[in-house]
Parts: sequence; C-alpha cells; structure tokens
Amino acid sequence: MTATTPDLVQASRLPGVAFIFKKALISALVALLLFSLMIGIRTEAGPTGQLIYWTRSGDLAAMVVTVFGGSILVELLRQWWGPVGTVRIVPPNVQSALALARRAIAPLLLIFTFLVPVIFYDQRYILDLGILVLTYVMLGWGLNVVVGLAGLLDLGYVAFYAVGAYSYALLSTNFGLSFWVCLPLAGILAAFWGVLLGFPVLRLRGDYLAIVTLAFGEIIRLVIINWQSLTGGPNGVSGIPRPSFFGIPLTPGDDGLAAKLGIEFSPTHRIVFLFYVILALALLTNWVTIRLRRLPIGRAWEALREDEVACRALGINTTTTKLTAFATGAMFGGFAGAFFATRQGFISPESFTFQESALVLAIVVLGGMGSQLGVALAALTMIGGFELFRGFDQYRMLVFGVAMVLLMIWRPRGLIGHRAPTVFLRHSQAISSELAGEGRG
Amino acid sequence: MNETSILSVDHLTMRFGGVVAVNDLSFEAERRKITALIGPNGAGKTTVFNCITGFYKPTSGTMRLTHDDGRSIQLERLNDFRISKQAKVARTFQNIRLFPGMTALENLMVAQHNALMLASGLTFLGLIGAPSWRAAEKHAIDQATRWLDRIGLLPRADDAAGNLPYGDQRRLEIARAMCTEPALLCLDEPAAGLNTRESAALSELLLSIRADQGTSILLIEHDMSVVMEISDHVVVMDYGVKIAEGTPQDIRDDPKVIAAYLGVEDNEVAAVESELGL
Repeated sequence: MTATTPDLVQASRLPGVAFIFKKALISALVALLLFSLMIGIRTEAGPTGQLIYWTRSGDLAAMVVTVFGGSILVELLRQWWGPVGTVRIVPPNVQSALALARRAIAPLLLIFTFLVPVIFYDQRYILDLGILVLTYVMLGWGLNVVVGLAGLLDLGYVAFYAVGAYSYALLSTNFGLSFWVCLPLAGILAAFWGVLLGFPVLRLRGDYLAIVTLAFGEIIRLVIINWQSLTGGPNGVSGIPRPSFFGIPLTPGDDGLAAKLGIEFSPTHRIVFLFYVILALALLTNWVTIRLRRLPIGRAWEALREDEVACRALGINTTTTKLTAFATGAMFGGFAGAFFATRQGFISPESFTFQESALVLAIVVLGGMGSQLGVALAALTMIGGFELFRGFDQYRMLVFGVAMVLLMIWRPRGLIGHRAPTVFLRHSQAISSELAGEGRG
Repeated sequence: MNETSILSVDHLTMRFGGVVAVNDLSFEAERRKITALIGPNGAGKTTVFNCITGFYKPTSGTMRLTHDDGRSIQLERLNDFRISKQAKVARTFQNIRLFPGMTALENLMVAQHNALMLASGLTFLGLIGAPSWRAAEKHAIDQATRWLDRIGLLPRADDAAGNLPYGDQRRLEIARAMCTEPALLCLDEPAAGLNTRESAALSELLLSIRADQGTSILLIEHDMSVVMEISDHVVVMDYGVKIAEGTPQDIRDDPKVIAAYLGVEDNEVAAVESELGL
C-alpha cells in the first residue's frame, strides 16, 4: 500500500456535481410520473353521480421539488458519512456492551412479562394488549417450527388457528366440555389437519407449496362460512364458556374463585388469569421448540431446510420429517386458537382471514427465521407498534411500511440474524444466517 | 456372481427419454475392497451411482447388495432414504452437499438420525430427558468426535460447515457418510478440487476406512493417482457401457481405455468402434 492510496479512494468515492444533479433529476422525473396521477389529478363523484376532477399542479410541483431537493441532500449526506460498515458505525466497546445486553434481554423480558399484570393491574387496555401480543408470540413460535426450522413456507397457518378455535367453541357449546379438556383436543385436531394438509403438499416446494398452503387456509375459512348447520356460518359461534380456574369459575357468585379466596370480586381477575394462561401456553411452546431442536427430529428439520437431497442420502425419511413439522406447528396453532375462542367468547370466520396468516408470517420473518427471541421481539414490535401508531390514523400503515423497509435494508435476515448450534464440544458460537439455508420446500 | 462381492450390478440400463445414459452394465464390487468406476465425462458414472443409491429408478436391470451375514437386498426395489437406512449404502456428492448452516459436529449428528430417533423413543423419551436418551446422545457425540479427530477437524468442530475450507468440507462429507455406519460407501469424485497433498491424505483416509471399519468402497474418480494407488479393482465406462475392467495395472495398459481417454486417429475410429461393439 502506498501513501497515495487513501487519496485515490477518496477521489473515486466523491462523485462530481454533475453526478448528483443527474441522480436528483432522475428521481424527480420518476416522482413526476408517479405523482402526476396520484396527486396531480383529484377525482370525485359529483352531485349527480358523474365523475368530476380537477388538477392540483401546485401540490404536484411542491412534491417533485421536494424529491429533487431530498435526493441532493441524501447524496450529500452519504458523502459526508462515508462508506457504511458496522465497524465504523458501532465502536467495539459499544458492540461488546450490545452483546451483553443481548444475553440479558431474554431473561429481563421474561421477568417483565411476569410482572405486567402486577404493574398494570388497573389498566385494562395494557392487559388486553399484553394478551394480544402474547397470542401472536405463541402463533409466531408455532409457525417458526414450520417456516424457521423446517424451511417449509406456510401461508395458511391461520387455518390451524381456526381449527383450534372452532374445536373448542363447538365442543364446549355442544357437549359442555371444559376448556382444560378441550385444549389438548383442539391441539390434536389441529395437528391432524396439519398432517392432512401435509400429505398432498409433500411433493411441492417453494412457491408452489406457499400457494397450496394459502389455498388451504382459504378452504378452511370457506368451509366454516358455508357449513351453517355446524359452525353457524358467518354468524359465528357465540356464548363460548370462559375458562375456569381448574373447575372453579371466575364469577362474582358464591362458588366463584373470589368468594372462595375471600377477596372482593373484580372483572380484572379474569383478565389477569387469561394473561397468565396465554403466557404459560406461549412458554410451553417455547420450551417444547427449544427441546425439539436438540433432539434428532429438530436437527432433521433444520437439515431438511439446509439440503433435502443430503437428508435422503443419510437415510432420513423426509416425508415423516415434514409431516411432523406441519403437525407440531399446527398443534401450537390449535392451542392458540382454543385460547382465542375462550378469551373472545365469540368467534366468526372473519377472525381467520389471510391477513392473520400474513401477519404471523411477517412476525417470523421479521424476527429472524428460527430465532425464538427474535420472533418474540418481532411480535411485540408488530402488534405493539400497530397500537402505538393508532393515533396517527391513516398514516399508521405508511409509518409501518417505512419501518419494515428500513429493517429489511439493515437487517435482511431479521432482527436476530444468526442461529445457535444445537450441540457443541467446547463453545457454542453463533452461526450467521447468511450460511444457513432458507429452505425450498 | 460370487460370495465375496458386496454389490453385484446386473444388466443395469437407465434411459432418459431417448438418451441411454447407462446401457446394460454389469459389474461386481468386492467385499472390503475399493472398486473404482472411471471413464471420461458424460460416461454415465454418476447415473450408475444415482441408481445404486436410489435417486434414480433404473429402467431395467438389478442391483443386489449382500451383507456380511448373508442377507441380500435388491436395491432397485427400495426407494431413496431406505437404501441408506436399510441397505446401509452411504454416499457423497460430486458437488459437496453438507448442511452449510450447521456446525461440523451437527452435520455428523444428523447422520446418526435413525439410531438417535430410536434412542429418543421417537422424540417422546427425549422430550422428558430420559437417562437412556442422554446416554445415547453422549454416545453419538463421542462417535462424531472420533470421526472429527480422524479427519483432523476436531479443532473446528463448532464451526459452521459452510465456513470450512474446500478440502475440509470434502473430508467432512466422507465422515458424515461414515457416521451412518454403512456397509458400502459410494464416493462421487472425492478428490475433485483437492491439491496433491490433500489427495494423498484422502487416499490414506480411504485405505484406513477400509482397514478399520471393513467398509467396502465404490468410488468415481478422475484423479488417476488416487485411483491407481488405492483401488483393488477398476471398472471403465464410456458412453454408458463398460469398456474394460481389471486391476489398476491392467487398466493402465488397456488400449481401449487409452483410446477412450485420449481419443484415436480418425482412420482408426471404425476399427475401435467395431472392437467396442458400437
């Protein structure tokens, strides 16, 4: 390396004024094309129903000038900042502090979650939000088995959620079975449907698998809507029993839990109880998933994601391995569905649209495929963030979209972008997910 | 057909539409011996491998694998994973197929899947952490550690397989195949892309596998130094047919083999073709 090299690099990195102007001009042109219809022309229905429109050239000009100026500004900022790299942005001592924080975040988050009902006891809204977030954490962890570990892209996860919810709703309203009896049944039924879905799609991979699972989600929803005699169709099922504290109802009556404990009845008791039920269910999902990862079946799932052909060459039955992944993920979805039904007391097909599947999948992808902590953080950000921006009303989706785009630029592999080995000899070192496969099947 | 052969391939034919990749091929691989399958590019060697390991279903012909205890299995009747699981045939791939996002140790653990699956009581015993499962897992880790030590990768056991140098990945893939405890090990160009020193180490590894584990080896190889040094028997293919077989020394001097590899003068083509029966 000679002394002149840095100057050379410096010189090659600084584009001239002409370059910046050219770039800004192109951006402005694109903006003009896009906004001429979106902003330039305003259409409305006239008083007699005919279409009237008028132009807003002032707004359009302002928009284009903003883009032009912004483009120049961004380019100048980029030059001032220099090349982007983690080393430059985050100094080593901060990085080591971050590593420490990373290790501490999971236990701290868990302790905080346990204390939420104590801290926010009189804030019903926060408790409800907490229950909602935990439901999605559980769904995310469930789907993570299928998508994150086994690498099978499932766009119809909501189907199992629906199966679980309707299992509990119908079993309890028709046969009077209690929540705690129905919970495992809902899981088993959902797992059964998971296997049923798994069979026809075993030969499909990637995009094709995604399309079929998407269709499966829709089929389940349409069947629920149209099978009026069993499911009540679009009217849904109402009057679903609330969960009892292992047989003791949470009601104001003499046989209620409050009366038995000799404390004053409050409707919050039920909310707090529900909070701890979903927390326990979510933690069960997490515990089972972590355990499964260290068992041969979990390793086979991950191997399947990495290379299916190699799996077959090693004598792994890829059929049953895929089916168990579908069944396990579906089972957790079923548990979450049963919980959803008991919490709402009313379910209808509207709760199980494709949007739910997309949201859960977004949580898994955003969290970093296969990462338990990442999924939990992503659920918190997605669901909590959604609520946070409720005040912004119509800009909520916009802000959210921008946040997603930024995250995908900075952390394309999700919030937690590495996987921890399931077994190690001396020290467990994280593996960058650049190396890990995303799965094709 | 004799009792010493572990694998006998009989009249194997594989057609892809109009293309005959393997045409009426018969050969035998002897027990505890290293059999090499050589031939120019496109001769159909990998197709033979894919038939033996169940990735292709042969158009016609039989492949019989005879175990030490006299139990014999018709490979063409089993499909994909059962060949590895029941017939105990393991393979490696021409383009390495490790699990790049998993550590070297994990790769070797995945290879012991079927044994571990039974030990974990189809997951249920493992889920509750039964002592029998813990013992089995420890045993599997020990076995993986022994293989890592043997291929010189023990210091890198916890590194991602995708991060290992090319030569190490080749050896790791062989170790992974050996972790399935195969009777027959099929290696598809194990020396491809290795330098002279690495090739020599590979030859040593294969000889030691044959000596210590008693595994029979069938290999496809272009590196003639490896083939000539370690093979007990060589089968030469060209255009889907067997053109010669014998000891490495026989093969080296066979005019048909030389013709297939180096080509012949234009005026000799007809003579050579009639000799080959083409």
